[in-house]
Amino acid sequence: MNVKLRVWRQKNNDTEGSFADYEAKDLNPNMSFLEMLDVVNEDLTNSGGDPIAFAHDCREGICGTCSCMIDGKAHGPETGVATCQTYMRSFKDGDTITVEPFKAAAFPIIKDLVSDRQAFDKIQQAGGFISVRTGAAPDANAIPIGKDVADLAMDAASCIGCGACVAACKNSSAMLFVAAKAGQLNLLPQGQPEKDSRVLNMVASMDEAGFGNCTNQYECSAACPKLISEEFISKLNRDYMVASVKTLFKAKAL
Amino acid sequence: MNILHVLFKTSIGKKVVMAVTGLILVGFVIGHLVGNLQIFLPPDKINAYAHFLQGLGGALWIVRLVLLVTLVLHVYVSIQLVLENRAARGGEFYADQKTLKASYASRTMKYSGPIVFFFILYHLLHFTVRADFAGAVVPETTLADGTHVHDIHSMMVLAFQNIWVSLAYIVSIGLLSLHLSHGFSSLFQSIGLRTRAWSDFLSKVAVVVSILYFLGNVAIPVGVLSGAVKVQNPDVKLAPTCAAGCEICPLATALAANQSEN
Repeated sequence: MNVKLRVWRQKNNDTEGSFADYEAKDLNPNMSFLEMLDVVNEDLTNSGGDPIAFAHDCREGICGTCSCMIDGKAHGPETGVATCQTYMRSFKDGDTITVEPFKAAAFPIIKDLVSDRQAFDKIQQAGGFISVRTGAAPDANAIPIGKDVADLAMDAASCIGCGACVAACKNSSAMLFVAAKAGQLNLLPQGQPEKDSRVLNMVASMDEAGFGNCTNQYECSAACPKLISEEFISKLNRDYMVASVKTLFKAKAL
Repeated sequence: MNILHVLFKTSIGKKVVMAVTGLILVGFVIGHLVGNLQIFLPPDKINAYAHFLQGLGGALWIVRLVLLVTLVLHVYVSIQLVLENRAARGGEFYADQKTLKASYASRTMKYSGPIVFFFILYHLLHFTVRADFAGAVVPETTLADGTHVHDIHSMMVLAFQNIWVSLAYIVSIGLLSLHLSHGFSSLFQSIGLRTRAWSDFLSKVAVVVSILYFLGNVAIPVGVLSGAVKVQNPDVKLAPTCAAGCEICPLATALAANQSEN
C-alpha cells in the first residue's frame, strides 16, 4: 500500500514549524506506524535529507515513549492503543496522513514529532511514590487487599505516562495523568501515609508546570491508549479537597 | 494551607468554586421558574407571591447579595480558567483535531456562558429595575384581602406580548439550558462525586432537567403569545390614554394590542 504523509517538521522549540509532504510507497499493511516512519526515514537518509525525529522505545505499547497526533487524534485512529501498536492496515491505500507532535505549553517541542514531557517526571517526583524500607521482598499477601480495590488500582497503574491526555485535551490539562498516578497509590494501604501530601504536592507541581484546567469533557480518557477512566479525575478532585480541609485543621507541633 | 489559596489559586480549587456556585445558581433558576409558572394561575397568586418577596425587606437583600456574589464568582473564576487554559495550549493548535466524545454543550460553555450573563443583565433591567417601561408606572391591583400590590401578572403578560422580547427570552433560555446540560453533571465531577456507578444516569438526569427547564420557561412567552394568558386587570384595560398605534410608550402600545384582541 502507498500513503502520503503530511509531517510536522520543526528544528527546535525556538523556531517556527511547518508541514512537509512525503510519500511512503510499497508498504506492508502489517507494518506498524513507526516501522512505516522508519522506511520513510531510510529513504530520507539515503537521499541526503534530514530524517524525521520521532519518539519511540519499546514498541510494544508499555513504555509510553511514542507519541504523535495522527490525523488529529492522539496515537492514531484506533481506540486503546499507542502509536507503536497502530498498524498501517488501519489506514486506506492512498490516504493522506497528518502527523503532528503532542503540543502543549508544558510540552515544548524538542524536534519534529518529539516533545519534551519532563513536566510529567517533575509531577511524579512531587508525590508519585511511596516511602518503604528497602530490603528483602515482603511476603506475598502480607497486606490483604480486596480484589475490587486491587483491580481499580491496577486500572490506574496501567498509565504509561505518554501524555496523550494532555495532547487530546483542548486545555492541555494533565488531570488524567495526575489522577491515575495519585489514584493508583491512594487506593492501596501502602499509599495511605503520604496520601494527603501526595495529592497536594502533585497538583501543585501540575499547576506550576503550566498545564490547563479540567473542563470535564473526557477527551483524555477517550484518547488514552490504556483507556483510563475519568473516574480517577473525580477521585483526585475529592482527595484534593479532603486533603486541603484536613490540612486546615491539622494540629501542629510547637 | 489557606483555604482561599486552595479555592482561588489552584486548578482543582477553582473548579470546585465553579461547581458550588453553579449548583447554587441551578437551584435558583429552578426555584425562579417554579415561581414564574404561577402566571398560569389566577393573577392574585403571582401578585401575592411577588408582594411577599418584595416584603421580605432585609432578607430579600441578603438573598440578592448572596446570588450576586455567587454569580460574580462564577463569572470571575470562569474568565480566569479560560485564560489559563488558553495559555496552557501555548497558541499551538493541531491541523485538524478530532473531537472524541466531548458534548456540544461542553464545547460551547465559554460562549453560552457570556451570552446568558448579558441576558441576566437585560432581564434584571427589564423586570427588576423595570427600565423597559421608560417612566410608565407598573400597573397596580388589589388582592382579595384588600392589599394594594404591583400587578406583576399584567406586567409579565404585557412584556411577552412583544414578539421580540419573547424571542430574546426563548433564545437565551435555550442557551442557559444547553449550559446546564453540561454544567449540571460536570459539577459533580468537579467536587469528586461523579463515579462510574452513576455517571451515565447523571448525564441523563442533566439532559432531562435541562429539557424540562427549557420547556417550563418557554411555556410562559408561548402562553402569552398564543393568547392563553391575558391581562385580567380591568384598570389596565381601561387606561384612557392608550390607543392602538400609540408610540408614547411600549406599555401603551402593548395595552392597545391586548384590548383589541378582546
